[in-house]
Amino acid sequence: MIWILDLLLLLYLVVCAVGVMRTDDLLSAVILFSSYSMVMAIVWQQLNAPDIAITEAAVGAGITSMLFVAAISRTSRWER
Amino acid sequence: MQQFWRFSVSWGVETIPEDLIIKTTARFMTPFIQLFGAYIILHGHITPGGGFPGGALIGASMILLAVVFGLSEGKKRISHDTSIVLESLAVFYIFIGFAGILAGSLFLSNRAAGFSLGNPGSLVSAGMIPALNIIIGLKVASTGKTLFYSLASREVEE
Repeated sequence: MIWILDLLLLLYLVVCAVGVMRTDDLLSAVILFSSYSMVMAIVWQQLNAPDIAITEAAVGAGITSMLFVAAISRTSRWER
Repeated sequence: MQQFWRFSVSWGVETIPEDLIIKTTARFMTPFIQLFGAYIILHGHITPGGGFPGGALIGASMILLAVVFGLSEGKKRISHDTSIVLESLAVFYIFIGFAGILAGSLFLSNRAAGFSLGNPGSLVSAGMIPALNIIIGLKVASTGKTLFYSLASREVEE
């Protein structure tokens, strides 16, 4: 029955990706992308790849989102 | 919206909105994040993980310090010169790689040169792989920290 969890996680990934694409608020897009990375780490763990899961959680959700926030703080928050 | 603009404009300079919860949580969590990163680096050859994820964790803890306490406080902890020295330590990767040649095999070779491949459960057991992991961890930590600091700082060098 673990496939139900996998299906929910993959659906959440699709919803997150569409949300990142469609939002005009770039800060919201960064937060959505960070949660995308966290759920992607769980998916990697479900695919028996714990090494990639650790890397995704540390780099994707930690460093990349903070770099995005720094870039937004240097430019503008709203997409034009 | 206005809140974010005040936050972002004054971010790199000095004034950061005081928040007791964020400051206390960051002060409490930073040693544990760094300890977990060191654990992942040191156990890279017998458990999942390695130099890159552990180094990224340590770099993320430094970024957390800079976000919460300000860039000047973060630069006080680890200056730019220190991270330059840490990144230059990656030269030793090549020197350790020559150990394979000295043992009579190819560059960076581990098993063919006669080193062991590691026993599950014992920490010092995998030839030169732990040393390479430690070097990669230092490199990645200082690189992530330097990336964020130079991207978020307001100093314009022309």
